Amino acid sequence: MPVIEVTNLHKRYGDLVAVADVSFTVEAGEIFGVLGPNGAGKTTTVECVAGLRVPDGGGVSVLGLDPRRDAAQLRQRVGVQLQESQLPDQLRVSEALELYASFYRDPADPADLIDRLGLGDKRNTAYKKLSGGQKQRLSIALALVGNPSVAILDELTTGLDPQSRRDTWALIEQIRDSGVTIVLVTHFMEEAERLCDRVAVIDRGRVVALDSPAGLVSTVVPEQRIRFRPSAPVDDRLLTDLPEVTAMQRTGSQVVVTGTGDVLHAVTSVLARNQIIAADLRLEQSTLDDAFVELTGHRPAE
Amino acid sequence: MHAFGQILKIETRLFLRDFGSPLTTVVLPLALLLVFGLIPAMREPDPQYGDVSFVQYFAPSLLVITLAMSAVNILPTVLATYRERGVLRRLATTPASPAALLAAQLVISLATILVSAVLLIAVGRLAFDVPLPRRPLGFTLALILGTAALLALGLLVAAVARTTKSAQGLAVPLFMAVMFFGGVYVPRFLLPDFLVQIGDYTPPGVQALLDAWTGTSPHPLHLGIMAAVAVAAGAIAAKLFRWE
Repeated sequence: MPVIEVTNLHKRYGDLVAVADVSFTVEAGEIFGVLGPNGAGKTTTVECVAGLRVPDGGGVSVLGLDPRRDAAQLRQRVGVQLQESQLPDQLRVSEALELYASFYRDPADPADLIDRLGLGDKRNTAYKKLSGGQKQRLSIALALVGNPSVAILDELTTGLDPQSRRDTWALIEQIRDSGVTIVLVTHFMEEAERLCDRVAVIDRGRVVALDSPAGLVSTVVPEQRIRFRPSAPVDDRLLTDLPEVTAMQRTGSQVVVTGTGDVLHAVTSVLARNQIIAADLRLEQSTLDDAFVELTGHRPAE
Repeated sequence: MHAFGQILKIETRLFLRDFGSPLTTVVLPLALLLVFGLIPAMREPDPQYGDVSFVQYFAPSLLVITLAMSAVNILPTVLATYRERGVLRRLATTPASPAALLAAQLVISLATILVSAVLLIAVGRLAFDVPLPRRPLGFTLALILGTAALLALGLLVAAVARTTKSAQGLAVPLFMAVMFFGGVYVPRFLLPDFLVQIGDYTPPGVQALLDAWTGTSPHPLHLGIMAAVAVAAGAIAAKLFRWE
């Protein structure tokens, strides 16, 4: 049985339709990504899942509970890390965790969680004095202190430097390995590619694609690009006649071949048969970035 | 209930840790009482203060400092900051309610006002011969209604303001008006009559406090206005208040 089930979710703010029609399911133990350009309805969608907003239509079920009717039960079992939520400046790390732990029936040990999240030497530090990465880790710790079955993490690594971002990713994988189902809202394609088992791409309030990151890339932008410098002149026809090749270009001494399927093997074989060596050979595969642009017509932010 | 207790404990700690809050609400009025009290002439009864000493005459205005600081300055600023920074929204995702945080802030305000009132009355009595409030019931009633009126106004500011900056923008003029009409900036006997009369009806109602302290029953209309302000501002605040 899926942990989260969203069916035909619809949410308006006045005349503005934030979520037109969104459906997806999240299975136990998954890291499920919700991707989309800014204003696509990602945050509203997860806010409905977390029970912070009342949908205008459609159904949401989390752990078999209705986020509205069973709000009290749900809050015990779902940890939420919201976009841009901060803490009072003077609140210390250990105080924040102990306070939040006191809200739950069966909380994690705050001291243990502080260590696990690498905040051990910051336990008596005021929130104001933490770095961006430390604030983010504290925020994740607060989402986990109730020992949740599901964690919803919104814009987890926005504003973090690349090292903190990678550290945070490693942390999320650890959390998943401990059995928590994770919903990750992000607009970083690299983050989704690295972490997510499956992603839903939301655009203008609708799900436009739902697949694993690799699956999404191979179905949406199946083309690969090969660049090399041939050691001897190459006849165009040699390459364009290959069924795998869809296009070929020359830029200076470089040849760029675009194709699908096993295009790399086809090209290198035909070159080898003609005693041509492909120097500086590079295979450029499409990324989730390309798929995202293809699906939404937007460049992902950053 | 457990969550509320924890929130109250933490919020109290934060209040004390923020040096300025206890300083302006409790230490400042007490220090002013000591300064005036140590001047012998200020302890002599004088007809222009209604045959009481200046210390006695000014004591309710010192209490106004605590009330104004706590209810219309600190309370709305803290609440607006918590809302702007998403502290309230974050609490809404946990089994604890943001209402618990609001309640904790109100308890802290009330406790601050109570502590300051007790200190001013006790120090005035022990050090400077200011009698205990001669009409304890009337005084308590005037203090409760005046406090309620100001807290309601503070909550109204917190409800109307969308950001911390706009909360401060609204709170500061309100705070100045409460302080001015409460006779803090200029003792009221120096003000023209019509300003004094406005002051009688301006929360927290310094005249009612002075009357009850010195032995006259507080005027029912003064008290009635405070109750009306408390109910009206409180109702509008409750209707407009948003957690995010």
